[in-house]
Amino acid sequence: MSLFQKHLAGIHIEHHKNTMDKATEKMPLPDKVYISMVQHIGAPCQPVVSVGDHVKACQIIGDSPAPVSAPIHASASGKVVAVEPLMTLMGLWSQTVTIALDKVQESLEGLEPPVIRNREDFIKAVRDSGLVGLGGAAFPTHVKLNPPNPERVDTLVINAAECEPYITADYRTMIETPDLVVGGIKTVMKHLNIPNCVIGIEENKPLAIEIMRDLTADTPEIRVAELENKYPQGAERVLIYETTGRVFPPGKLPADAGVVVLNVSSAAVLEKYFQTGRPLISKRVTVDGNAVRTPKNVMTLIGTSLDDMIAFCDGFKRIPKKILMGGPMMGRAIYDDGKALIKNNNAILAFDEEWAAMPPETPCIHCGRCVRACPLKLMPTSLYKAYNSSDIDELKRLHVSLCMECGCCTYVCPAKKPLSFVNRLGKKLVAEGGK
Amino acid sequence: MSQYRQGGLIVSTSPHIIDDISTTKIMRDVLIALVPAFVMSAVIFGPRAVLLTVTCVVSCVAFEAIFRYITRRGNTVGDLSAVVTGVLLSFNLPSSLPYWMAVVGSFVAIVIVKQLFGGLGQNFANPAITARVVLLVSFATPMTTWPLPEQILRTTDAVTGATPLALFAEGRMAELPSYSDLFLGFVGGSLGETSALALLIGGIYLLARRIITPEIPLAFLGTVAVMALIAGTDPLFHLLSGGVMLGAIFMATDYATSPLTSRGKIIYGIGCGLLTMVIRLYGSYPEGVSYAILLMNILTPHIDNLTGRSLYGGMKV
Repeated sequence: MSLFQKHLAGIHIEHHKNTMDKATEKMPLPDKVYISMVQHIGAPCQPVVSVGDHVKACQIIGDSPAPVSAPIHASASGKVVAVEPLMTLMGLWSQTVTIALDKVQESLEGLEPPVIRNREDFIKAVRDSGLVGLGGAAFPTHVKLNPPNPERVDTLVINAAECEPYITADYRTMIETPDLVVGGIKTVMKHLNIPNCVIGIEENKPLAIEIMRDLTADTPEIRVAELENKYPQGAERVLIYETTGRVFPPGKLPADAGVVVLNVSSAAVLEKYFQTGRPLISKRVTVDGNAVRTPKNVMTLIGTSLDDMIAFCDGFKRIPKKILMGGPMMGRAIYDDGKALIKNNNAILAFDEEWAAMPPETPCIHCGRCVRACPLKLMPTSLYKAYNSSDIDELKRLHVSLCMECGCCTYVCPAKKPLSFVNRLGKKLVAEGGK
Repeated sequence: MSQYRQGGLIVSTSPHIIDDISTTKIMRDVLIALVPAFVMSAVIFGPRAVLLTVTCVVSCVAFEAIFRYITRRGNTVGDLSAVVTGVLLSFNLPSSLPYWMAVVGSFVAIVIVKQLFGGLGQNFANPAITARVVLLVSFATPMTTWPLPEQILRTTDAVTGATPLALFAEGRMAELPSYSDLFLGFVGGSLGETSALALLIGGIYLLARRIITPEIPLAFLGTVAVMALIAGTDPLFHLLSGGVMLGAIFMATDYATSPLTSRGKIIYGIGCGLLTMVIRLYGSYPEGVSYAILLMNILTPHIDNLTGRSLYGGMKV
């Protein structure tokens, strides 16, 4: 990227990376895991086990023939005690396989590194790993790595920005398993024939930058880009722009700009699968927030219930009033901490009542802060007015569909307007009204 | 198992953290930025300047509270915007203006221009500017009778006199004040507009606190200077005299009545500067800042509609 290129806008927020220097603790096996058949964006999986079955760890328990899907594996060995619809944290009903653990953690026999002869083998292996975008989007990785125009792709961008406050799971992945990260990058570059790679890391993680630079010192085709501390550096469009200077318009894929993006933890999980044949059944999660007694990074099984994880962090020290799955900028406030971890959750954050309180709205004063904060240069205050008058044509003219809901506009608004939420509603209005 | 099931937790949309900026804090910063000019107005024009400012602030706040009470809307005086309007209105008045006229001006600013159009953020023109223009056409003589600074009073018997711009308009170049008097503000004029130094200090504070962006003041002042050069007159004189500094830094930058985008702000600032100089050089009034800003306020929605923005991905709005 040229020195004189202007950066995209964004906001400067406090990092609260309290768990940065805490080594990941492996959580003891819970009594039960609850594995939802909705673990990714796309088609839900259908359970392939029944109540009473004994399952082994890494055994497939759910799959779908749909192209945009990824298989779901048993994260533990034990007995299937229920296959029933449960409400997910997204408020949707989904088939959920409940496994009562036998605490033996016996793995499926015959787990071997996949044999790759060609590109198709590689994409199939990525699907078999069960990997979905661990940055939070949960898009099946095998689809992401298999764009319709692979010949255009010349750069792999590794998303290690981790720009959300509190979350340090990706950071700990780079500190604790840097070889897996770099191995995963090289594996993807080799099999997809991608000549270059940029690892984008925010400058508030100097140790990770140093480690990644050391490990890639002998591979000039892999470059580490130190990104400014600015939210949302980890948003796909922003990251691609800040690491490569490239832009892809709405309706296009990153591959149209010659780029494939992979989250840094996804790279590590992928490499582990290519080395051992063990699919994605556990993950590193940051548990933090001012209501949690001992904030930690926890390595735990997919399907572990959130209250088990919080109990492992010595429970609540204050009465929680808001619990988030994900970071405070884009994470989801959940209604029930008895729900279970899914593949793309990278943080559980619990906060007290004082933290959760939001000030009342006041009139818009037309100050333009939202306009200056938007990384994609949208005009949130104009979108807000257009939505409030249900003006679909105006919402389209202002390109509401470009909004990535990063929340910068809401964050900076002195009138405390829910601007990014209104954009979400505006997108829905356009989608429904456009039919 | 969990004790925090449905009902106990707040479920709301992201983001879950927001900046602690608020309208009140912005208005407080504007008031802080106005303090140097307020102090200078007291030094230059004496206690009556202070009393007139207090009159405007108290009446603006009172009108806002009364209007909101009568119309059964929430009380909004806490956002401090009425205080800012009061201070800015008084800064645009001669210090000798009868108090009741200042109260009339406050009524126009708060009730007619601001509240009748929907309150804060909804007004189409700057309340203080509009009130000043209404007072100027209603009470022409008291609004154009300029008390001379206290310092001058000590050496001469004159109580009132011409402003530098009036001298300029009448071609009395020999009587024009020195640059230092113009810069410090020891000249005739509205009570808060004369000290360029104090206004610039306030402007730097607003820029440093990111309350305003530099586009409007720079485009406004730059255009005034360029126009003065083209017309063959002294650009520094035009920048330091009259209401240009107060207008460019505090009045034209009013959020509700200036464009949203950078490009729009530059067009708006250039328009303000052009109109100001056209009135000063060719109009029958010696000063044109208020009219220039008022006209550009009215054009702001059109500027917003016509300028648009280049979005990410090269799309235009």
